[in-house]
Amino acid sequence: MELRKDYFADQRKDDLHEIGQPRPRSDSPGHVTGKTAYFADRNFPGMLHLKMVRSPHHHARISSIDISEAEKYPGVVKVLTAKDVPHNVYTILILIQIGPEDETVLADGKVRWKGEAVVAVLAETERAAQEAAAKVKVDYEVLPAVFDMEEALKPGAPIVNEYHGQNYYLYDSGECRKVRFGDVEAGFAGADHILEQTYQSSPIEHAPTETTGCIVAPEGNDRFTCYTNTQAMFFTLDNASIILQMPGNKLHFVGGTVGGGFGGKVDVIVEPIAILGAKLTGRPVSFIYSRAEEMQISSPRAAEKVVIKDGVMKDGRIVARKVTGYTDAGAYSRHSPYGAQKGAGHYPGPYTIPNVWIDTYCVYTNRTPSSAMRGFGVTIGDFALEVQMDKLARLIGMDPLEFRFINAYRDGDMKAHRQPTEGAALIECMQEASRAANWPVAEKFMAMSSYAKGA
Amino acid sequence: MAIRRGRGVAAINYPTGMNLGGDPTQALVHSTPTGNFMVTLSSVDLGQGMKQIMAQICAETIGVPTDRVVVDTADTDTGPHCMGTFASRGTHRAGNAVIQAAREARQVMLEVAAEELEVNASDLETDGQGNILVKGAPQRSISIFDVALSAHFKRGRSISGRGMFLIPRSYPEKETGAMKPSTCYAHACTVAEVEVDDETGEVTVLTVKNVFEIGRALNPKMVEQQLVGGSWMGISHALYETTEPYYPNRDHGGTDFNQYLMPGPGDLAQTEIIVLERPSADGPYGAKGPGEMCANPQIPAVANAVFDAVGVRIDTLPITPERILRALKAQAGAPN
Repeated sequence: MELRKDYFADQRKDDLHEIGQPRPRSDSPGHVTGKTAYFADRNFPGMLHLKMVRSPHHHARISSIDISEAEKYPGVVKVLTAKDVPHNVYTILILIQIGPEDETVLADGKVRWKGEAVVAVLAETERAAQEAAAKVKVDYEVLPAVFDMEEALKPGAPIVNEYHGQNYYLYDSGECRKVRFGDVEAGFAGADHILEQTYQSSPIEHAPTETTGCIVAPEGNDRFTCYTNTQAMFFTLDNASIILQMPGNKLHFVGGTVGGGFGGKVDVIVEPIAILGAKLTGRPVSFIYSRAEEMQISSPRAAEKVVIKDGVMKDGRIVARKVTGYTDAGAYSRHSPYGAQKGAGHYPGPYTIPNVWIDTYCVYTNRTPSSAMRGFGVTIGDFALEVQMDKLARLIGMDPLEFRFINAYRDGDMKAHRQPTEGAALIECMQEASRAANWPVAEKFMAMSSYAKGA
Repeated sequence: MAIRRGRGVAAINYPTGMNLGGDPTQALVHSTPTGNFMVTLSSVDLGQGMKQIMAQICAETIGVPTDRVVVDTADTDTGPHCMGTFASRGTHRAGNAVIQAAREARQVMLEVAAEELEVNASDLETDGQGNILVKGAPQRSISIFDVALSAHFKRGRSISGRGMFLIPRSYPEKETGAMKPSTCYAHACTVAEVEVDDETGEVTVLTVKNVFEIGRALNPKMVEQQLVGGSWMGISHALYETTEPYYPNRDHGGTDFNQYLMPGPGDLAQTEIIVLERPSADGPYGAKGPGEMCANPQIPAVANAVFDAVGVRIDTLPITPERILRALKAQAGAPN
């Protein structure tokens, strides 16, 4: 790595003692010698193991659940269904007033994605829990499912999630989050070229070294300690408190050493049901995802579809940009309404464009609920935006890097969401990339600055 | 049939912290009897090294070496509220809270030292090595070890501080979308160079040159580890990964690392990282959050490089050999 201190030297005093120093990490020796303790390194006497009975169908009505054989299975201590969960219908962002509650801890009457949790089995060993789970009999009446976002948005499509009533998240702005800036149609009308393109991504797994999980121990005083690898301690505690209708002071969360998160450990899935198991059995409970569960059950990065329509001039100026983004939330909201909103705040990218129209939709389908992942709401949008930039440059016969300089935002430029640009540095990054990659651009671009014109 | 070479560029920005704000983090700092400092948080270290960075921020602010600071975090019985480690917010939000707490603790420390040295607290400075000196008369000094002992056993003072950082929440205007998504943005530009085998559709990423602007590299070695890892993840997103290879068809989802494809060590490109620092107005020592954005620019840069190499656009991720071959066949006019 090279630190190029010559850029922005006038904005920075390099007079610090500890900051800027490559101090060795105090936790590295523990990590590389295997001595660091993770949540799963705890082993309590009498600890039970929790395994889920999961839906084999993408969308189905549950006509009956028979747990009698599972309860009798050797080693089984407790079998939990929806009626055991005090506040079974929840949504995690209710903590910041983003509802409605739309998901069940354990399925109640319906399943909406293949893999959805239906019954929890607690047993003396992982093997007994797994084998007993196979003895739970669930009768399903299979319902039509919808997997394609376009299909889901058509009138008459099967309704994925009745708590929403339609297959999209209803924002206060309506069926999508909207940004309106300038007059995009006038911009298109005056453009030399129009280019409309569609981009698509597929769900992506976080693939942490350590799978999602927790171990819960009753403290003997009506308090429960939850050892967890969550990315958000109080967010998880407070959601567990709501789901379990248990005062927060009864809960003690311990965590903070995690084997990779990437956004995959902010969904509050394993903790509430494990705490409930510990409460109802009086014994410690371990609930840790298998690798297969981590890959197909835990939320992935949402698949997204992004449609970009641009109006561009022969001289390289983008004069109008319309973006329609679709986020595939799967069957439940989790963090996806936030992700689609974040996209609306990000488009049209780090470029100054006078006429912008943005609609971002959060769409429900019968698949594993998507949620947070490194950069969600932006990562796939950047793929779409930056491939589009390449296509536009080639369309008007311009070098792709020079084309970006022409449109790059600078301090003081008004963004589509009506905030003036501050602290821009795109131009300098591109200048340095031009040098490092031996990708020459015209001298006038190398002389540009992100600082406000005339500053 | 041939191996064809191409290169592509992408430039991006990325917001620091939870979108629209409203995401608080608190910190507490106190000294032990012998002048070591405890930072108490409930933030989570995901492996990126948050504890180390908080120690360096506290040390810088109080004016002691980093090894005099211990970070205790992620216990809800002791640590004050943190919204969580996500949205590139850890360093920015918790770092600001630690600075505020450490400033308050430093002020008490200087007041105790001032009483011991019989001067005004405003006339004192730290040397960064564990001592407090009178400005302009460095021979008049006291060690922080002795100041802490005095505070604890003689003067009955608590060398401690409370910190809180909150960006007020922004609510988007319904019709226009006027809003404040973030207070600062990191930047990047990546140039990727690839080889594409037009017979097999396989892509080899030869080099990625990444330029990142991250406000301030608080610990350059740790910045490097995060940026290199992110760059690899970006390549992996571009070419390999998905839980649903035939999305929206639900079949063929991988359930282990044999089926779920990711690059191995031999598949990783030669990776160059260059860092620029334009300090953000509200960042701890100017830092922005590079945690997420460092995995973004490689995806379009690789996509654009594939086009440059073989002249077909793959607008669907991941860019698999199958998709490239189908596009090449379509380009040649052959049926898929």
